[in-house]
Amino acid sequence: MYQIIGKKNLGEGINLYNISAPDIALKALPGQFIILRVNKNGERIPITIASSDKNDKTITILVQTLGKTTHLLSELNVGESLVDLVGPLGVPTEIKKFGTVVCIGGGFGTAAIYPIAKAMIAEGNHVISIIGARSKELLLMEDEMKTASSEVLAATNDGSYGTKGIVTDVLRSLIYDKKIQIDRVIAIGPVIMMKAVSDLTKEKSIKTIVSLNPIMIDGTGMCGACRVLVGNKTKFACVDGPDFDGHLVDFDNLMNRLKFYKEEEKTSYDCHMKAHHNLTA
Amino acid sequence: MDTKERLKIKKHIMQCQPPAVRSGNFKEVPNGYTAEEAVEEAKRCIQCKRPYCIEGCPVNINIPAFIKLIEEGDFLGAAKKIKETNSLPAVCGRVCPQEDQCEKVCTVGKRKDTPSVAIGNLERFAADYEAKYGDIHIEINQNKDKKVAVVGGGPAGLTVAGDLCKMGYAVSIYEALHEIGGVLMYGIPEFRLPKEILSRELKVLEDMGVNVFTNEVIGKTFNVDELLNDRGYGAVFIGTGAGTPKFLNIPGEELNGIYSANEFLTRVNLMRAYNKSEYDTPIKCGKTLVVFGAGNTAMDAVRTALRLGYQDSRIFYRRSRNEMTARIEEVHHAEEEGVKFEFLINPIRFIGDENHNVTAVECERMELGEPDESGRRRPIPIKGSEFIAKIEAAVIAIGTNVNPIVPSSTPGLDLNKRGYIIADENTGKTSKKGVFAGGDIVTGAATVILAMGAGKKAAVAIDKYLETGIW
Ligand SMILES: Cc1cc2nc3c(=O)[nH]c(=O)nc-3n(C[C@H](O)[C@H](O)[C@H](O)COP(=O)(O)OP(=O)(O)OC[C@H]3O[C@@H](n4cnc5c(N)ncnc54)[C@H](O)[C@@H]3O)c2cc1C
Ligand SMILES: Cc1cc2nc3c(=O)[nH]c(=O)nc-3n(C[C@H](O)[C@H](O)[C@H](O)COP(=O)(O)OP(=O)(O)OC[C@H]3O[C@@H](n4cnc5c(N)ncnc54)[C@H](O)[C@@H]3O)c2cc1C
Ligand code: SF4
Ligand code: SF4
Ligand code: FES
Repeated sequence: MYQIIGKKNLGEGINLYNISAPDIALKALPGQFIILRVNKNGERIPITIASSDKNDKTITILVQTLGKTTHLLSELNVGESLVDLVGPLGVPTEIKKFGTVVCIGGGFGTAAIYPIAKAMIAEGNHVISIIGARSKELLLMEDEMKTASSEVLAATNDGSYGTKGIVTDVLRSLIYDKKIQIDRVIAIGPVIMMKAVSDLTKEKSIKTIVSLNPIMIDGTGMCGACRVLVGNKTKFACVDGPDFDGHLVDFDNLMNRLKFYKEEEKTSYDCHMKAHHNLTA
Repeated sequence: MDTKERLKIKKHIMQCQPPAVRSGNFKEVPNGYTAEEAVEEAKRCIQCKRPYCIEGCPVNINIPAFIKLIEEGDFLGAAKKIKETNSLPAVCGRVCPQEDQCEKVCTVGKRKDTPSVAIGNLERFAADYEAKYGDIHIEINQNKDKKVAVVGGGPAGLTVAGDLCKMGYAVSIYEALHEIGGVLMYGIPEFRLPKEILSRELKVLEDMGVNVFTNEVIGKTFNVDELLNDRGYGAVFIGTGAGTPKFLNIPGEELNGIYSANEFLTRVNLMRAYNKSEYDTPIKCGKTLVVFGAGNTAMDAVRTALRLGYQDSRIFYRRSRNEMTARIEEVHHAEEEGVKFEFLINPIRFIGDENHNVTAVECERMELGEPDESGRRRPIPIKGSEFIAKIEAAVIAIGTNVNPIVPSSTPGLDLNKRGYIIADENTGKTSKKGVFAGGDIVTGAATVILAMGAGKKAAVAIDKYLETGIW
């Protein structure tokens, strides 16, 4: 039913998938996500909608292959289908004319930040995007980001492109060296990155929005698995978020909660890989 | 047989899997009546001139009539009789709180020495018999050429869909999850309501021609106005259930190992986490688990925990045994299986280790004071009674708040101050033309049969509205 129309390997274990999803493509707004199941005994996993095409009736997602479910997904080919796909879920990102907006994407977070940058530019903002990777070849979506930003700054750990260092180094330099007046920062990526960005912008009270990625099941506010602490209050990331004020988020709690099933995830992955290799051998 | 003789017959207790066996598996607990047992139990009904039992049943099943048919051995006839008013008898026979409804007012039960007729068990027997031996054929009226959308595939939605389909309407159910059934699917466990029974009922609906669209969150994928205006539905019924879980709001509640009952049960039921070798969604197993709460949800969670291997599974409840809201049968079953109940205990904070896993809960003991608004005696803490209980997991089963997705995406829908949809009790009509609602989204967490009752009334009102156009 939800057929994979296109698939591309982007390196670093990240794949891009174009999936036929007419209802979702018509509705998706920046910041929203879908939940998918690869097969009928599979887990429900949330993935951000990187872009949607109303004409083709497809959505694009970028997925980092991590454990069993994302691995199963990576084994699907063009023409094959997912059993379940539901969305668009979550509250869309607030898009308004703020002035200067800095969009920061790390890892697969670049996919999530892309539609937001695009919408922010369309709203008349000056959009500075910062993307990071270990080295030049691993930078994701640089060309797309260029079309969706006033300027794109890159950070690579090895210094092979842009600033040597990480995305927060670039942001710090924007704030402290170039003394740019920033009206809003949006950061999506690994929790540790969103935390570092929030810590940095807090010093100058620059409003910062982060997109949280706790473990989810239903994605409709029914189970409470996705609860996060924001301003010391319990919020459900799937219906109250996933966007929250980075200065209020308890990131340590989120990181701890994400680790809860590590053992089970590893066992499940190992079993899968073993069975898979035996089969293919 | 005269009344005196009937009153002499002993109540037929339904045989169950022995507690020590069943606490290690997820198979259904009671075995069901044999035909002989059912006939014998049916003889206990004295066919009252004024059958209070009918008034006690929220959908007014003609109880003496179906019981008489069972006594006569016409089991299929009995099932048919029940189905005149209740489309999911195999479910209701199993999960209705009978002791508060039909069986509470049964004349036989009102006498000192004779327990009520086992109406629920008999209903279940007839439904199961029909499923096994009957040739279920449902009459469908002539096509009415009008479409109705049902939002949410729980008992309320399923009832509306079934009834309207029989009347000849084209009905589509839109369900947010990947399977329909609502709480019957993700909440109530296999050992109490086997998925097979639910699938059977759902298949009947699909065979009748109800369209089922899973993975559609109304308010996100489409909203109610689009269903009415762009998709050509003449009426929409909202049956989205109760919604988001409540938490205790005490320190440490975000620690790993603390679940809402909905999460715990969804992992196990909908996602089948108990079958580790075949399904991918994980659940932790350990030895010690505490459930806070004392309703059906709490009983389901604690008995599920036991079956997952938590040998020391307990209920901590802040009131006393008398205030528990769970079905009596579930409480008995839980106790037989080895669940420990501790009353008048209130949690104050959770304690965790360096890995952020819960290791203990601090509680205080309570005593009962004056009655509160609900008429139940209010528990008040006893000073200096704090104690710490070591645990590996906790489940919070203290109720739900309203799920905001549909209410907040549907302009013109009036809500009460707790956020539930306001709908007319007799018709399900909301403040928005063409939109009806029923079940937990209107009443707050209630029961399966009340949700079905609301669905029934709404189906009649929807038919009337679509026939006449009068709102
Ligand atoms: C709103 C949201 C948007 C996301 N967007 C993207 C995206 O665009 N691209 C992308 O690659 N990833 C995204 N993720 C993360 C993605 O859901 C997880 O990587 C995926 O679930 C891992 O599943 P797995 O079985 O392969 O790995 P596992 O081995 O099962 O888990 C690896 C790690 O993923 C996390 N995880 C596991 N199960 C879940 C779950 N059910 N829900 C959420 N996290 C889980 C845990 O931290 C776990 O340690 C997003 C998560 C959220 C909540
Ligand atoms: C664990 C547990 C045990 C219980 N035990 C008993 C019992 O023994 N006896 C008894 O009588 N009652 C019991 N109850 C209560 C009973 O299950 C409920 O009162 C009943 O299910 C309510 O029915 P409903 O149709 O209103 O909603 P639900 O059963 O909650 O179904 C609502 C459906 O709507 C779907 N939905 C929600 N939002 C959307 C949306 N935006 N778009 C599309 N679909 C949506 C949901 O996914 C769900 O499938 C129990 C409840 C729980 C949680
Ligand atoms: S539906 Fe429930 S209340 Fe009505 S007769 Fe059956 S068990 Fe009793
Ligand atoms: S009240 Fe009891 S005895 Fe009387 S008709 Fe109903 S079930 Fe039979
Ligand atoms: S994922 Fe279940 S409430 Fe958010």
